[in-house]
Amino acid sequence: MSAVLPKQPARTLIHEVGRVVIDGVVAVGDLSGFISRMISQLPRMPRGKVLWPIMHDVGVQSLPVILVTGLFIGMVLAIQTYDTLRMMHVESRLGSVINVSLVKELGPVLAATMLAGRIGSRIAAEIGTMRVTEQIDALQALGADPIGYLVVPRFLACFWLIPTLTILADAIGMLGGWMLSVHALGISEHYYWYYSDGYVTAFDVLSGVAKSLSFGAAIAIIACHRGFHCGAGAEGVGRAATEAFVYSFIAILALDFLLGVAFLHLYRLLYGGMMLV
Amino acid sequence: MSIPISEPSSTVLELRHVSQRFGTQSVLRDVSFQVRVGETLVLIGESGCGKSVTTKLLAGLLNPTQGNVLWDGRSVSTLPNVELRRQRLRFGYLFQGAALFDSLDVFENVAFGLRENRRLREAEVRDIVHQRLKDVGLPTATATKRPSELSGGMKKRVGLARALALSPEVMFYDEPTTGLDPVMSDVINELILRTRERQSVTSVVVTHDMHTVRRVADRVVMLYPLNRLGPNESQIVFEGTAAEAFTSDDERVSDFIRGDATRRVQEMAA
Repeated sequence: MSAVLPKQPARTLIHEVGRVVIDGVVAVGDLSGFISRMISQLPRMPRGKVLWPIMHDVGVQSLPVILVTGLFIGMVLAIQTYDTLRMMHVESRLGSVINVSLVKELGPVLAATMLAGRIGSRIAAEIGTMRVTEQIDALQALGADPIGYLVVPRFLACFWLIPTLTILADAIGMLGGWMLSVHALGISEHYYWYYSDGYVTAFDVLSGVAKSLSFGAAIAIIACHRGFHCGAGAEGVGRAATEAFVYSFIAILALDFLLGVAFLHLYRLLYGGMMLV
Repeated sequence: MSIPISEPSSTVLELRHVSQRFGTQSVLRDVSFQVRVGETLVLIGESGCGKSVTTKLLAGLLNPTQGNVLWDGRSVSTLPNVELRRQRLRFGYLFQGAALFDSLDVFENVAFGLRENRRLREAEVRDIVHQRLKDVGLPTATATKRPSELSGGMKKRVGLARALALSPEVMFYDEPTTGLDPVMSDVINELILRTRERQSVTSVVVTHDMHTVRRVADRVVMLYPLNRLGPNESQIVFEGTAAEAFTSDDERVSDFIRGDATRRVQEMAA
């Protein structure tokens, strides 16, 4: 015997708005619960056998892409800024513009964006496949906490290594900027480093590193969360991987803005006055 | 032929008025039944009727939307997390696709539960893993292979070895013979029987395979898809011994057991 389903009322704009609000609240609540479960598992350090392969994948395997990214950021900055500075007859200060932009802004943001694509999508696809093939249920059935076993090592790897990779990207970017400025654009090597040294402060370096720490944490959390909530089949895994990148990218931009404002206020509080760049 | 159970009495697992929804989709509605110590309960029913969900609820891998899951008379929802994880180790689970961890070789798959939950020396872990592989008829050389190098039947056997490594009191088998050739299916059936004989475990088996039902079942529960039931009809359309299932007058049961789609085709045409 077939059940007779009650007729569904027509959906109005209020229904749709209500649905979006409810879905949003549920998603925020779910993500908060996920983060708090992860934090509760952080004190139990994952075994080396679990952590090292993930760190190798996040760190060592990302080196080529991050070095290429850094190199081109530095060179593009040199090309794009040179003409403007030359018009103002201050092209000798090219090093300061390249290196401050790299360390404070472009290095952390672009490196994190590249890593969100390489690592975030991979993490989401990997965990999503485990969800679809019941490997996460198997972890639970064998007495392991899936958050502790899957999320914590990936979070730690991203949190530690994305800033490290960003520093490397900054360094290679500086080198790329120097190479192009000095050897192609004819800027004096002395002035290139002189102004770089004068304008790039420890505060800039630290604020860049702090940003990349938060980007690393955001990429890991978003990617793992998307993987855990992966839909069924290959389509679900593909969607989880895409969402991991898109949401990570939005989070990187939002965090960059919020942290930029916070560091500006912190700088004024510590040193007074406006920042130099 | 199934092995007779001497007076299966106390209840080890119970679903009490359990309903399960995923978003707007309702999968189980007010389902109640018990699993007794030492018996082999077989869950049958059409694809999508909620058999796998039922076993996951029984194993504590899912929380019911409504109702209670009881382990030895204690409601699972009242158990603290640590206790829940400890209790869950009493169960072994053979998943439908075996669910072997792709990143680990066979040895590490079987050793996983031991490493996570027991403080054993490496030699002890190795002995247990090799013994479990032997129990399921796999040579020791299999231990170094990756899951991707194994056939479907071998994967199922590794999954069984992994589930048995922690010496569970209750085994869940989710469609253990699906996708296997008839000979390998019978090997798995034999392993289910042998596991019960050797380790006197309680078993819950989800299957579509009537040969498996005949060989291993002490009791059969048949679930029916909610979308084909009236609002007040019970989702459990049969509960009884295997012999009773095979002689049932209920058309829904006899059609399923005989694999007769005539009524279904007529319904679809109407």
